[in-house]
Amino acid sequence: MSIGSQTSSLAIELRGVHKRYDERAERAVFSALDLVIPRGSFTVLVGPSGCGKSTLLRMIAGLEAVSAGELLFDGVRVNDKPPVARGVAMVFQNYALYGHMSVYDNIGFGLRIAGVPKAERHAAIVDAARQLDLEALLQRKPSMLSGGQRQRVAIGRAIVRRPRAFLFDEPLSNLDASLRGSLRAEIAQLHQRLRTTTVYVTHDQVEAMTLADQIVVLSPQGLEQVGTPDALYDTPGNVFVAGFIGGQRMNLLPVDAMHDAALRALGAGQAAQLALQGVAHVGVRPEDIDLVAGDAARIERIERLGADSLVHLQAGGARFTALSADRQLAPGDLVGVAARRQHHFDGTGRRTPRPAP
Amino acid sequence: MSAAACPENRPAGAAPSANMRAFAMRLLLAAALVLAGLVFAYPLLFMFAASFKPADAIFADIANPLALLPDARWSLVNYRNVFDKSAVGSYLLNSTTIALVTIVAGVFVNSALAFAIAKLQWRGRHGVLALVLALLIVPLEVLAIPMMLVVAHLPWFDAARGVFVVGWLDTLHVQIVPFVANAFCVFLFHQAFKDLPDELIEAARMDGAGAMTIYLRIVLPLCKPTVATAAIVIFLAMWNQYLWPVMTVQTGGARPVMVGLQQFFGRTNQWGEIMAYATLITLPVLAFFLVIQKHFVRSVVGSGIKG
Repeated sequence: MSIGSQTSSLAIELRGVHKRYDERAERAVFSALDLVIPRGSFTVLVGPSGCGKSTLLRMIAGLEAVSAGELLFDGVRVNDKPPVARGVAMVFQNYALYGHMSVYDNIGFGLRIAGVPKAERHAAIVDAARQLDLEALLQRKPSMLSGGQRQRVAIGRAIVRRPRAFLFDEPLSNLDASLRGSLRAEIAQLHQRLRTTTVYVTHDQVEAMTLADQIVVLSPQGLEQVGTPDALYDTPGNVFVAGFIGGQRMNLLPVDAMHDAALRALGAGQAAQLALQGVAHVGVRPEDIDLVAGDAARIERIERLGADSLVHLQAGGARFTALSADRQLAPGDLVGVAARRQHHFDGTGRRTPRPAP
Repeated sequence: MSAAACPENRPAGAAPSANMRAFAMRLLLAAALVLAGLVFAYPLLFMFAASFKPADAIFADIANPLALLPDARWSLVNYRNVFDKSAVGSYLLNSTTIALVTIVAGVFVNSALAFAIAKLQWRGRHGVLALVLALLIVPLEVLAIPMMLVVAHLPWFDAARGVFVVGWLDTLHVQIVPFVANAFCVFLFHQAFKDLPDELIEAARMDGAGAMTIYLRIVLPLCKPTVATAAIVIFLAMWNQYLWPVMTVQTGGARPVMVGLQQFFGRTNQWGEIMAYATLITLPVLAFFLVIQKHFVRSVVGSGIKG
């Protein structure tokens, strides 16, 4: 792909996609998956290990075959096209840099294969290096670089080809926490600047929430929900999404006798009444629980998180957590609890609308 | 440096004795290593020294370690006689040609097969690897006679005369072609390629590289120590070959150095001349190893420090 061509972003669609690693395998990785990745969007595929998010990304890249169904780029079927013909570039978790080549040659390798003239290639490499603050490192080998620098070289190798879509496969997983934050910001800025369709895989829901225009939540059972970060946070479609998305894990209280006291303390109502309404679980985020004066629950222990603390509570045999900024709380204290927002889920785990009061 | 080793943390008067002890240990270790090195190197040094001496001087000095040092009796007479009594120059050229051509062809052929097995997806690759590795236990002596019968009837294009001839006997290529494919080298390369991350290959595919480009420009350059090891293994095997050349080469035109040594051994009873011949055919091996050793050592060290 020569530089300067195919620079427009693309829209990606998966229609009825099936993926099975082996024809005799019992479980398919995906069955009848339908997904639209809008042009220019930053779509994050998030889910626990083994849910198939990397497999999905690799199918888009052309590194994995689609067992059945259609993969469309701007409405054109690309199932049988090799990776280089799809106009996409990929950044790998472990950088995948060519260790015997300098940073300059790593970034320019794809252009060299494509037959881009030397002068044009040099200009593109220098431009990519300048965008990623790599100019002083162009003659170094990957072994002389830090983890963050290596990942920026990998990103440079991707952007220099001016692809129509970027594919990131957990690019920050191998970096320490401080580097992760700064590189995450750089990736966000890159997207703001280039507005190229980006598909980003991560198991970290914080990365998903901070980077995404659209989040695709995957589980071992398949696609759970697609939506904006706010939509997934405010209205999770099922217990899996509810438990996965959010800074602290959502309290999911089963509607039964053991949790009746906790449900009433939180203002959710009696367990028997909720059960009649078809509610099987009540979800309350720790940050949506206010701790007030009272004796509805006992504090079991407190985890200091800095400005806030995660307070582990017990009410009538049920355990749940609340996020509080109160530094005066101590284990053993009795407190009242009030939930500002609740989520109801039925017996199949799906979200049910809360009945009018 | 540990806290205990810091000068300001040790009691007064303890520092000098601890330093002396450490120095003495290092000196002892160095002396032991030098001694071991001398034991290994002594036969080579004896051969080299003896190649410059007359026969009576060799046996007179046999128990004298100072005999390794040059003295007035040293001369180049033995070397002159070797070149007069044998075509050692021609044999050296033959062996060098055989070794270098086999190395170049062998590195590419064996590494290409190893790459296909280790990094490409196709049905039967594990079976092919098992078959190749099974060949490791089959000695040349078992295959030599059938091989000789085969090569005696194979056609070859004689570029000098522009015609096809039948039979490969008494040629250089009969000593090269059957040994280009080397099971041990396939195993070496397979182990090295297997350890390369698959993401490296995938990144190259994303960059538009095909299998041949990935093999030549990504995988092989990353495995230079393995290439050096394979080169040394092939060089030593081809340089030291004796059985196969004795069976397939009758004339002097294609004779390699080891067969030449055996013949020279029958033409002289002067040990100085024999040592001179042996020195002449050992020096290229030492020179080759000196050139390649940096990569070879890295390969050996690297194979022990994985992960």
